[in-house]
Amino acid sequence: MSANILAIFYLISGVLFILALRGLSSPETSRQGNLFGIIGMAIAVGVTILSVGNFSIGFLYLMVFLLIGGSIGAFIAFKIPMTAMPELVAGFHSLVGLAAVFVAISAFLSPDVFNLGSPGNIKIASLIEMSLGAAIGAITFTGSIIAFLKLRGIMSGSPIVFFGQHYLNLFLGLSLIGLIYYLCLNQSNSLFWTIIAISLIVGVFLIIPIGGADMPVVISMLNSYSGWAAAGIGFTLENTALIITGALVGSSGAILSYIMCKGMNRSFFNVILGGWGATDDKTKDNSKEQKPVKNGNADDAAFLMKNASSVIIVPGYGMAVAQAQHALREMVDALKKNGVKVTYAIHPVAGRMPGHMNVLLAEANVPYDEVFELEEINNDFANCDVAYVIGANDVTNPVAKSDPQSPIYGMPILDVEKSKSVLFVKRSLSPGYAGIDNDLFYRDNTLMLFADAKKMTEDIIKSL
Amino acid sequence: MEIDPFVFRLSIFILSIFIGYYVVWSVTPSLHTPLMSVTNAISSVIIVGAIIAALAGDNLNVFQTSNIFGFLAIILAAVNIFGGFLVTQRMLAMYKKKKKDK
Repeated sequence: MSANILAIFYLISGVLFILALRGLSSPETSRQGNLFGIIGMAIAVGVTILSVGNFSIGFLYLMVFLLIGGSIGAFIAFKIPMTAMPELVAGFHSLVGLAAVFVAISAFLSPDVFNLGSPGNIKIASLIEMSLGAAIGAITFTGSIIAFLKLRGIMSGSPIVFFGQHYLNLFLGLSLIGLIYYLCLNQSNSLFWTIIAISLIVGVFLIIPIGGADMPVVISMLNSYSGWAAAGIGFTLENTALIITGALVGSSGAILSYIMCKGMNRSFFNVILGGWGATDDKTKDNSKEQKPVKNGNADDAAFLMKNASSVIIVPGYGMAVAQAQHALREMVDALKKNGVKVTYAIHPVAGRMPGHMNVLLAEANVPYDEVFELEEINNDFANCDVAYVIGANDVTNPVAKSDPQSPIYGMPILDVEKSKSVLFVKRSLSPGYAGIDNDLFYRDNTLMLFADAKKMTEDIIKSL
Repeated sequence: MEIDPFVFRLSIFILSIFIGYYVVWSVTPSLHTPLMSVTNAISSVIIVGAIIAALAGDNLNVFQTSNIFGFLAIILAAVNIFGGFLVTQRMLAMYKKKKKDK
């Protein structure tokens, strides 16, 4: 196959990947979009195998390895519970990162295969591209593993900070640039390995200071990195499909990070440089004298909601932890039978990854046209009778609007305090991730329901 | 004067970033999780590099160092490709509209 025809096929798969993302603009077109993505991938893999044209024993191994990887992937995809989606995505990112590192290593060891020169005499441009691809890939790899461990709960979600951390990161970053420069001068193997090793360390240091609730930003950021790593390799291999895909994924992750940061009213650097939990000890200490709260039970909640004309559900990470989405749907069905109008309100940073709540609600068969984003629904709280807050906290805290001293000041919040009454399902009075007390708990129109989110919701169903 | 092919690739790259920018902003927020899993799947197109690396060299000695890295990368990328697309498919199948009747 001529190089030109090959390039055209890669272009076609690049375009199909664009259509795959384009399809996600609405749930109706999304499934077709995914199909485009699969076709694009099949084309890219197929023409690459044909172009190499080596159908000997190596091809057999290729098929075997493809099958092994494919079955593992398919097995995971069918078995994974939807609540584990954030970990899964983090885990997948790490694999892309590592694959990029491996391809860069092969290209460095056998540059002749990729027409990049001979070992020890690789084109300078290719050398820069492959070392960038390898470095970003390595950072993505270890960074995603740390994110995975934190999301899975194997590693504590609280930020790990130590003195001079940022300077150390800066130093490591600069030394990477220096090493790549020297690599271009003498093309030594050991320099190349050092670059990869340092990048692996940078990946760890980059993610450990970031706290659990900032994970939406971290996952999006690593998503972006995996794209840039792919693009770096794409330049090395002079492959259009990889360059297009890398750019798409890179900008997609960057936009998601931006949306997540905006959802918390924080700058990207503020998130990267460390979590709230570490810096805001002050706000925790001056916890005010124990104020009275209204403590309710399932019967009270059922009574309130049954007699309401409209209810807005505000889900948060707590719902995911308790796996309460199915119970929640049943409760809503029961309410609807009583003629109550029910909608869902999702804050951009609810959960541990972008769109986390939406997927869980979709899993529980909640129609997606009953689920609204912050801007769409925020005005409706003033006309709603009951807001049912399940597993969310900081995203409803009115202090974000009133107190300039508060660390979450300026963060857009769901205006649940405007509804006639608020039901808060929570395990205890403890403050949320930001370590700030939520005024809402102590208001007259708030009823606290202290229980596990799932259990409380099930109890309410019984009382309805 | 001839233009270095690198410049063409750079142009493709930059323009793709812009396409990505506009396409991703039009993605509905409720599909952000599938967006992440599908971008993850398509970025595994890095497998083309792995295939070239794995199949390179002479046929008698299939497992030279660079081939081994190629094969390893194939496994990793294949996990991602199948896992990514299938889990996206599974998620997207769950998004349903309200039933009209009632």
